Amino acid sequence: MSIELKEVTYCYMPGTPYERYALRQVSVSIQDGSFTAIAGHTGSGKSTLVQHLNGLLQPSSGQVLVDGIDLKGSDKEARAAAKAARRRVGMVFQYPEQQLFEETVEKDVAFGPKNQGLDPGLVQGRVEEAMNLVGLDYASFRNRSPFQLSGGQKRRAAIAGVLALHPRYLVLDEPTAGLDPCGREDLIRMIQKLHRDWKLTIVFISHSMEDVARLADSVILMNHGECVIQDDPDTVFSRDDLLQAAGLRPPHIQRLLRKLQAAGVPVQTRAKNIEECLARIREGLKHAQ
Amino acid sequence: MSFIEFHDLTHCYNQGQENEYMAICGVNLSIEQGSFTVILGRNGSGKSTLAKHINGLLLPTSGVCLVDGRDTQDMDDLWAIRRQVGMVFQNPDNQLIAAVVEDDVAFGPENLGIAPQEIRSRVDEALKAVGMEKYKSFAPHLLSGGQKQRIAIAGALAMRTRCLVLDEPTAMLDPQGREEVLNTVRRLHDEQGITIVYITHFMEEAVAADRIVVMDQGRIQAEGTPREIFCEVEAMKAGGLDVPLAAELAWRLRREGMKLPGQIMTDEELVQALEAYGCPLS
Repeated sequence: MSIELKEVTYCYMPGTPYERYALRQVSVSIQDGSFTAIAGHTGSGKSTLVQHLNGLLQPSSGQVLVDGIDLKGSDKEARAAAKAARRRVGMVFQYPEQQLFEETVEKDVAFGPKNQGLDPGLVQGRVEEAMNLVGLDYASFRNRSPFQLSGGQKRRAAIAGVLALHPRYLVLDEPTAGLDPCGREDLIRMIQKLHRDWKLTIVFISHSMEDVARLADSVILMNHGECVIQDDPDTVFSRDDLLQAAGLRPPHIQRLLRKLQAAGVPVQTRAKNIEECLARIREGLKHAQ
Repeated sequence: MSFIEFHDLTHCYNQGQENEYMAICGVNLSIEQGSFTVILGRNGSGKSTLAKHINGLLLPTSGVCLVDGRDTQDMDDLWAIRRQVGMVFQNPDNQLIAAVVEDDVAFGPENLGIAPQEIRSRVDEALKAVGMEKYKSFAPHLLSGGQKQRIAIAGALAMRTRCLVLDEPTAMLDPQGREEVLNTVRRLHDEQGITIVYITHFMEEAVAADRIVVMDQGRIQAEGTPREIFCEVEAMKAGGLDVPLAAELAWRLRREGMKLPGQIMTDEELVQALEAYGCPLS
């Protein structure tokens, strides 16, 4: 089980003076159960890439396979299969709270499953489950207006709307953008929980290399519409040449450890989070003495 | 000399209605002419509400906001105040209105009825100040987020603004765009003496300020130099905020009993301290 992109090329407005290739020959795979990060600077093709994952965009050439099913169904039967496959991929856009529209949180979260024709008796269960998953207690939040929630809560309500569709893959485009440090941390913990306990495969776009280092087990690095490398974070962050060309820098923790190393403190520079960074510093200082 | 003064400023949204909400409760603050002030605080702490008072987008429910000695509630002075205070908001796509960059920058001065030749020179000067003169005939939608924000800043500069209020100008940008915007703001402050009020959630950006004001639940919780504020690691964390990486690491190492100086804020300071700690004899 996985999402596979095979030599996907996408061109905006082909045949016009505005023709622009947003993706060129991108081949990447998102393994079932993985926590995959997509990194790259603005305009590198990240968002175009994720819109292919559930068929919102169809490749100009190449293939997108979700669990082996080509999203570009050729005949009626294949199209029905493709539609079912697309539903396995839940999409959370940037600033998803802008898409809230209903009078109550419950109605908003129920919109997707209802629209998919789910039995009304089952909808409520889905809504309750999804709201609890994102940490919005069903009993106390169901009748609240989504517009009177805080920024972080609104975002979680919007994510609940996607979770209520029971996706197998959850794709998030910069999920923490614009949140304060506290809200950012809460949301990250929630996504980790979905990955760990609910066995959701997570794909996320992020500008924060700190988050990528901390969370991801696979990194897709985009530059000028091409995937320049897909590998584990340690390998990707050791490729200064590729990062620099892509306009990115290694995580702050690793930059700091490298500065220490350059100053003559014998530290290892591999560290995913603050705890590991502290461990590297302690080891290095012990070594020096 | 203080350029902006808040006296017992209170702002209440939907006053008298069921969903009445006190966003600011009795804030007293003065911001010096030519200073660089960063406002920190979690979402909903009142930062943006406070910022919108500076050019009269919001008026106090009670209390006073003075800009260069003028009261924002005095309708006769409001336009003079707005000429002096330029605002830059979070979303770069919501602030640019023209189809060509230079037209966008010229929009403000054109509305003031300034002579075309003067507008020409102001626009050129403003674009140069933000390092975007090469892009003057570009369409804004073809620019990156960081470039769009710099155009928004140029638009304010073309008004000969003396104060820039930036409300999370880098929240939607990638790391490169963030650096471009922060460097531009710093340069304008250093070279032209423009008063800066800068709201951000990025603690590393706040290090650039002369002074930090921390807000919580509509009140000022703390103020001081970045060094003073970021050394209070526990207080910042308790308030749902963060500190720069080096300050956090130094704090945690000190808690483990390592003897490090107490005022570490930047990577360089931490590296220096650890170097000295690791090799005390050299």
